[in-house]
Amino acid sequence: MPDIIDARDLKKNYGSTVAVDGIQFTVRKGEIFGFLGPNGAGKTTTMKMITCVSPRTSGTLTVMGMDPEQFPAEIKQRLGVVPQETNLDPEFTCYGNLYYYSRYFDIQKEQAEKRADELLGFVQLAEKRDVSVEKLSGGMKRRLILARALVNSPDLLILDEPTIGLDPQARHLIWEKLRSLKAQGNTIVMTTHYLDEAARLCDRLVIMDNGKILVEGTPEELVRQHAGHEIVEVESSDEIVSCLRDLQIPFEKTGDMIQIAASPDSARGIARTILDRCKPQRMITRPATLEDVFLKLTGRNLRE
Amino acid sequence: MANLISFPRITRRAGKVWYRNMVVFVRTWQVNFFPPLIEALLYLFAIGLGIGSYVQQIDGIPYVNFIAPAILAISVMNSAFFECTYGSYVRMYYQKSFDAMIATPLSIEDVIAGELLWGATRSVIYVVIMLPVLAAFGVVSLPLALLAIPLAFIGGLMFAGIAMCFTAITPGIDTLNYPAFLFITPMMLFSGTFFPLTLMPAFLQYIALAVLPLTHLVAIMRMLTLPALSWTIILNLAWIAAVAAIFCVLSINLMRRRLIV
Repeated sequence: MPDIIDARDLKKNYGSTVAVDGIQFTVRKGEIFGFLGPNGAGKTTTMKMITCVSPRTSGTLTVMGMDPEQFPAEIKQRLGVVPQETNLDPEFTCYGNLYYYSRYFDIQKEQAEKRADELLGFVQLAEKRDVSVEKLSGGMKRRLILARALVNSPDLLILDEPTIGLDPQARHLIWEKLRSLKAQGNTIVMTTHYLDEAARLCDRLVIMDNGKILVEGTPEELVRQHAGHEIVEVESSDEIVSCLRDLQIPFEKTGDMIQIAASPDSARGIARTILDRCKPQRMITRPATLEDVFLKLTGRNLRE
Repeated sequence: MANLISFPRITRRAGKVWYRNMVVFVRTWQVNFFPPLIEALLYLFAIGLGIGSYVQQIDGIPYVNFIAPAILAISVMNSAFFECTYGSYVRMYYQKSFDAMIATPLSIEDVIAGELLWGATRSVIYVVIMLPVLAAFGVVSLPLALLAIPLAFIGGLMFAGIAMCFTAITPGIDTLNYPAFLFITPMMLFSGTFFPLTLMPAFLQYIALAVLPLTHLVAIMRMLTLPALSWTIILNLAWIAAVAAIFCVLSINLMRRRLIV
């Protein structure tokens, strides 16, 4: 089966700034594919090229077998897009937003009406059907945008920060909806800043920084390859540092903590040795997460 | 530079943008239908009857009859111009409606073309509302004055195109006040609207004819409502058609340059 998205040496410059610097990736049918990276890494620009709203500078890109520059309308007909910014139509109700949006896809009146009500039910906004969108909470607006992205029953769903600024309840609801869409066979591409979100949802993901893809793989693979299985953390002090050096245990200083990556078998042993020999005041042993990988690869410096 | 005057690829999908604006307009008809009605009456009473009682006649024409076509022409200008400046800017920048639309099969060219068509339609709607009022006061002559309706569309398209060019290059919504005060307001006063163009010095007359689009619209409108047809209507119409075409094309290309990066 051909890949849903195929990008090779994809580049995008804005004037003299390089936003996307020759990236290569493929998205397969039926998977949730994630783009992670700090602000300004080039994630949103990549989404814009996929959704045919920003032309690429060079390289090749095919979306569902078509070139976005030659067949934008044909691609967009089969695409659902959840943008980072809320851009619902404030003149309409929840229902109106879905109904009038369907019209842009040439969906027939009866079908658009039926689909709008179905989707309001799907995102649990049926009781807000005739409420103006300006009266909705942030979480409701994001859910309505998700519903709007589904009016044309898209083959590919593109989500740019789908749960940005939402409370945990609203995030869990969106995740549940995305999983059920995946179960129905949809292909989903998403960007996110939330690493737990990526770890929970994505089948495969890439971590980007400065316009380049640093790593690609399943969340588990990436954690195993780049952060180890377990992390032993102790507080950072000169005594601990020299103690670890004496013991010849490789470690990494991160702010006020020291981290030691370990395998599942060695974690206990290392923790015990440190406890006996270095006498730290605080120590924890925890499983490594995607966040460890992310910070290791993209650094701890603040962006923007 | 060349791509600013190339003809944009517009599809019938532009009609969907027009339709969206029309639906919103009709739904809020109470706030949309009365302003042109009130405006027509205000101008008629304040200028027509107020000033008219001193001026009485211009070139043998009753003063109210002289300004009636100007009231229509100004309304054509204002409705299209303000719709495609402030109205379009709010939809583009604050509501992000254009972003939402171009995520569907609509292209940015379709969206802007739909906005321009809508601006022109608004001009038509306003003339349709004002015409019966003016006819009821006997200051426009039917049936020839009915041609003001199709004229409103061409004139509206011209002002929509000019307005959209400003919208495409304005840094923010406040700077849209400049064209409103420096272009629209003087035009409203010096385009042969409330006094004949011939009262101004010759060089100002030429300037008005050369760069003030309203001059041509008022001239045609007056020929239709008095009525006083002359062959020069063809020149006025050709001027408006040419300027409308140039600015509509230019505005779509400028908008594309602003929004597609």
